Amino acid sequence: MLELKDLVFEVPVSKGSRETKRIIDGLNLTIPVDRFTVITGPNGGGKSTLAKLIMGVETPTSGSIIFNGLDITSMSIDERARLGIGYGFQQPARFKGMKVKKLLDIAAGRKLPMLSCNEYLSKVGLCSADYLTREVDKNLSGGEVKRIEIATILARDPKLAIYDEPEAGIDLWSFDRLTDTFRDIHEARDGRSIIIISHQERIIQLADEIVLIKDGKVVETGTPDELMPRLGFVAKGMPHCQLTQPTRLHITEIPTTC
Amino acid sequence: MAVDLSPIDENLLAEIANIHGMPKGAFNIRRDGKLVERHSSANIEIATKTDNPGIDIRIAPGTRGETVYIPVIVTQAGLKDVVYNTFYIGEDCDVTIIAGCGIHNESHEASEHDGIHTFHCGKNSHVKYVEKHYGEGEGTGERILNPVTNVILDEKAICEMEMIQLRGVTSTVRDTNATLAAKSKLILTEKLLTHDDQMATSNMKIELNGDDASVQVISRSVAQDNSKQVFNPLVIGNAKCRGHVQCDAIIMGNARVTAIPGIEAASEDAMLVHEAAIGKIAGDQITKLMTLGLTEEEAEQEILEDFLN
Repeated sequence: MLELKDLVFEVPVSKGSRETKRIIDGLNLTIPVDRFTVITGPNGGGKSTLAKLIMGVETPTSGSIIFNGLDITSMSIDERARLGIGYGFQQPARFKGMKVKKLLDIAAGRKLPMLSCNEYLSKVGLCSADYLTREVDKNLSGGEVKRIEIATILARDPKLAIYDEPEAGIDLWSFDRLTDTFRDIHEARDGRSIIIISHQERIIQLADEIVLIKDGKVVETGTPDELMPRLGFVAKGMPHCQLTQPTRLHITEIPTTC
Repeated sequence: MAVDLSPIDENLLAEIANIHGMPKGAFNIRRDGKLVERHSSANIEIATKTDNPGIDIRIAPGTRGETVYIPVIVTQAGLKDVVYNTFYIGEDCDVTIIAGCGIHNESHEASEHDGIHTFHCGKNSHVKYVEKHYGEGEGTGERILNPVTNVILDEKAICEMEMIQLRGVTSTVRDTNATLAAKSKLILTEKLLTHDDQMATSNMKIELNGDDASVQVISRSVAQDNSKQVFNPLVIGNAKCRGHVQCDAIIMGNARVTAIPGIEAASEDAMLVHEAAIGKIAGDQITKLMTLGLTEEEAEQEILEDFLN
């Protein structure tokens, strides 16, 4: 279980300035085990900052973060990672010289058999034969790096996985595969919690609970049925509705070998 | 084979050439300016030079799948060893050459090895050359390596050179010169890590003289502490050719890295490109690896290893 208590995060209004502005403003939130939570809300509302505070990438100005009964507020990123928190970055890092296979091995904490690599990569819509020996560098497109980033979290299999806008930069076909993957993890209900920051209706529909964050505060929480009509999404029919046909097709760019 | 190799010698040989005991096939092991052991094979003849200290290595045309080892170790302080090794690689060969120099210096006196290697690569031959430089020892004496590498590629010859110097060498000035005939190809990879007060300079002059000749120069380096590096490659295109120079350096501590990649074209059909980048380890790389459970130090080490691998 994750508990955020009176969390505040302030930054200087400009470099060197003493005047501060609040990005997270006394936020309280509890995320139980086995819960699929989607955090949504307007841009600049503090969603990504909140994810970074949970992972330890940023340190809160005040308040506390409790993970499974342990106060982790002052713990480093790697300590939190070893406790079972994982984080999929919105804009993933690239590594010169590091192969996809190596990054997956580091994520898993062991040398992964090929079969597992295939599984993780296919879950994000990538064919491992094409990618395992490639370097995670500038030769990969933004969408490819993003999908590899998500595969690292799947390989790590954390107790609490936080994904920051996993859909950003991913084509519609891979996105389909991704929502299936999130649904599978969730349906397994094996003591893992997922927090996804997203604006995507189809991801929001998967949630047990939607948390709406605005101006650094939780303004509303509820189930998709309760909140979706009020989030401004026009009902497109059933919860499992398929997206309409995309207007621009780039079939040749989509790996079809897997 | 009854050859007197101390544990220090054996460790140096394993470090620079990954050999344990005497290798199979053709080899020449040199220690402190003297021959330790030599072996020629049916296709590869190694003979002492008559004009200069060093050896001539003649590889018969059509030799395929063979490896030659010519490591040098220096364990004696105060020694300056200069050696000339010349390779004559026949046509249609496919061979690997493992060279390298390891210095163990426990004293306050300098140890120096200057290897002048020349490669004549015959038509259609494919040569892979791996050279590792390594220094160790607690002494304050300098460990100096100043290699000169000359490569002459005949038509359609391919040469892949990997020059690696990771840690331990106090001072190095490396000069690499190459001339390429038509349709020949050179891939030159340099990997360098300097630390403490070390200095390293790499000069290259690569002349593309024949049509469809191509060169790719890849330099990856890490400069730590107060070390200094200068990378100075020049690719000259005299024909319808392709050249690409890529220099990437990670800078840490108070180190200084100078990259002066140069390209010079004397033909309107020459296509030459250079790229150079120097920067510290990106913070987002360390953060990402920490979210995967590595400590900051482990993350940094991992990034450097991959960068240089």
